[in-house]
Amino acid sequence: MIEVISSDRCIRCDICERICPAFVFDRDESGLPVIARQDDCQTCFLCEIYCPTDALYVAEQAHQPIGITETEVDQRGLFGVYARSLGWSRGRAGGAQNDPTRHIRVAQV
Amino acid sequence: MEADVLVVGGGPAAAWAALSAAEAGARVVLADKGYHGTSGATAPSNTGTWCVPPGEGRTASVEQRFKRTAGLADRRWMLRCADRAYENLQKLVEWGYPFPTEEDGSLYIANLRGPDYMRFIRQRVQKAGVTILDHHPVLELLGADNEIAGAAGLVRRTGSSFRVTARAVVLATGGCAFFERILGGTGLTGDGYLFAAEAGAALSGMEFTGKYTLAPHGSSLNKGLPFRWATFYREDGEVLRDSNGEPVTNGIGGGERQVAKALLSGPVFARLDHAEPAMQDWLQRGQPNCFQPYERMGINPFNDLFRVELKYEGTVRGTGGIRIVSSDCATGVPGLYVAGDAASRENVTGGVSGGGAINASWAIASGWWAGHGAAQHARRRQGRHFKQLQALGTTGLNGTAEREVDLSEAAQVVHDEIAPLEKSYWRSGDTLEASRVQLEKLWAGLNAAPSSKGIARLRSREVAAVTATARWTVAAALLRTESRGVHRRKDFPEERAAETSRIIVSGLDQVTAVREQLALDAMQEA
Ligand SMILES: Cc1cc2nc3c(=O)[nH]c(=O)nc-3n(C[C@H](O)[C@H](O)[C@H](O)COP(=O)(O)OP(=O)(O)OC[C@H]3O[C@@H](n4cnc5c(N)ncnc54)[C@H](O)[C@@H]3O)c2cc1C
Ligand code: SF4
Ligand code: SF4
Repeated sequence: MIEVISSDRCIRCDICERICPAFVFDRDESGLPVIARQDDCQTCFLCEIYCPTDALYVAEQAHQPIGITETEVDQRGLFGVYARSLGWSRGRAGGAQNDPTRHIRVAQV
Repeated sequence: MEADVLVVGGGPAAAWAALSAAEAGARVVLADKGYHGTSGATAPSNTGTWCVPPGEGRTASVEQRFKRTAGLADRRWMLRCADRAYENLQKLVEWGYPFPTEEDGSLYIANLRGPDYMRFIRQRVQKAGVTILDHHPVLELLGADNEIAGAAGLVRRTGSSFRVTARAVVLATGGCAFFERILGGTGLTGDGYLFAAEAGAALSGMEFTGKYTLAPHGSSLNKGLPFRWATFYREDGEVLRDSNGEPVTNGIGGGERQVAKALLSGPVFARLDHAEPAMQDWLQRGQPNCFQPYERMGINPFNDLFRVELKYEGTVRGTGGIRIVSSDCATGVPGLYVAGDAASRENVTGGVSGGGAINASWAIASGWWAGHGAAQHARRRQGRHFKQLQALGTTGLNGTAEREVDLSEAAQVVHDEIAPLEKSYWRSGDTLEASRVQLEKLWAGLNAAPSSKGIARLRSREVAAVTATARWTVAAALLRTESRGVHRRKDFPEERAAETSRIIVSGLDQVTAVREQLALDAMQEA
């Protein structure tokens, strides 16, 4: 579930608010996103990869928040972890051409 | 707002329908509950397609697949699905989608990485001149003179209403996840099924919904693939064994049923210990979404035991949906077309799951056909103006206001009547009948609720749609007194040749289920 918005990292671009499929975010007067409908979050991690500054963190539990803090996410190097493994960067898509899934599908049967 | 064709939904089926209708010259509006590009089951996933090049091998591939469809698929549909999907995958190549390259330099086009694919296709849809309405869930269809004439919905930002009049509508609203927290599942509440039924269309294959996939416990990651290399354990580290004393492995093959059984008597754990180092690397780089829970929990799934569960997937990886009556994916209601998971996939997958390959190709192919069908219908209706539009929505929009309902409680009730393993992995006449009674009560309660206003209409319609879908599922499952495909009855464990026919369900306040073969015979006699 979406849990952390880093106000230090966030550049107030409003992308997460627009692209979240579950319409989870609102924005405050300063333009900072706020998690307004947390229970609607579908734990899809897509806001993380669309964010141009890796300012968002979605915890792995889909049913309730685990209460993780920005400090812990930062210390464990978890900001942007999904984007890096996909090859997305600064909110831009990339890396699909390096997807080795074909090897998995051959071995799967 | 006015259009020739309105596409309802924002997943791959909606995208291909919009592209196809636009190519046929229609003015197209696409209205998505979420954001077209991230919403639906494909966007957070990594979907393999059923990709069969033309030539001799194609018939053989169809034949091989057909054997696994529990006798209910249709070879002609399978063949044309393989053909259309292949053609459209070639379009993606032409448009520059970044497919990976094989060792021999050719492109590997049988896999589409969800976030990349959906982002890419949104851009194509925009380029084709389609008007995209993000965060505009449709709430009901509009009719005029016994035809479909558009749809109405709400704007999530404000809660206000919008209307699109159109000469044809494609429902590409995806499947129903019954409020289970699976990848992409939030918006998948069977809305299209309810809209179609309200317009008089029927559904088919709703009993083929006993579909579950393994996931790390408490996560949203219902991706089975890595569990191909798993061994399963009890909490104390004791390996799970089948009745022959063999360790339970391969959670997307024979191991699944063993794990399901074991889960009834206590927690089950897994470790991906059959993955060799090369496979570990491919899995991590090829299926990075699957590794998000482990990464975030700080565990290594190849070395550490971790707890698992089976997530219920309803019609998302099950098979049922709106019944198709012709090759252009028409529903029998003039002006109403259907594509992707919103449609029954029995034509291409029969009574088994189409997850892993068929569903993605079906979304591409059926979207394409439905878009063309709708554009052609719109052309035939050109110049015609609807005088009086009738809103077709019922339950969840206009109740009698006799008593309040608590929608989150209602959502829990309907989830709990369908999703538990005891309810849908193994069905029986008794439990189905008990569910039927509960669900009838719930439905009556929804009909007696006060009409909801503003943004609250969305939740109220979602709960109505899931409840209706549950009632159709139970009716079909009660009628099928055998086990076949992903429909398993404890009281009827065998497949029966006499039941090799589809089951059609329809109706709102009065649900009916009939065998398709009997219905066709009766029509012929009449
Ligand atoms: C984890 C996972 C992995 C999968 N892997 C594979 C695979 O490897 N191979 C394969 O073949 N298949 C796979 N599938 C299945 C595949 O993802 C689906 O078959 C495919 O997404 C169906 O496309 P669709 O467009 O019909 O529906 P979806 O992609 O689910 O989209 C439905 C759309 O409808 C919108 N919508 C819903 N209600 C409304 C409304 N009232 N108004 C407006 N819009 C609405 C939603 O916002 C969404 O945009 C997988 C599914 C999951 C969940
Ligand atoms: S996408 Fe990232 S940078 Fe933009 S508003 Fe959201 S959190 Fe801030
Ligand atoms: S994880 Fe998905 S649903 Fe949750 S806030 Fe991010 S984009 Fe929205």
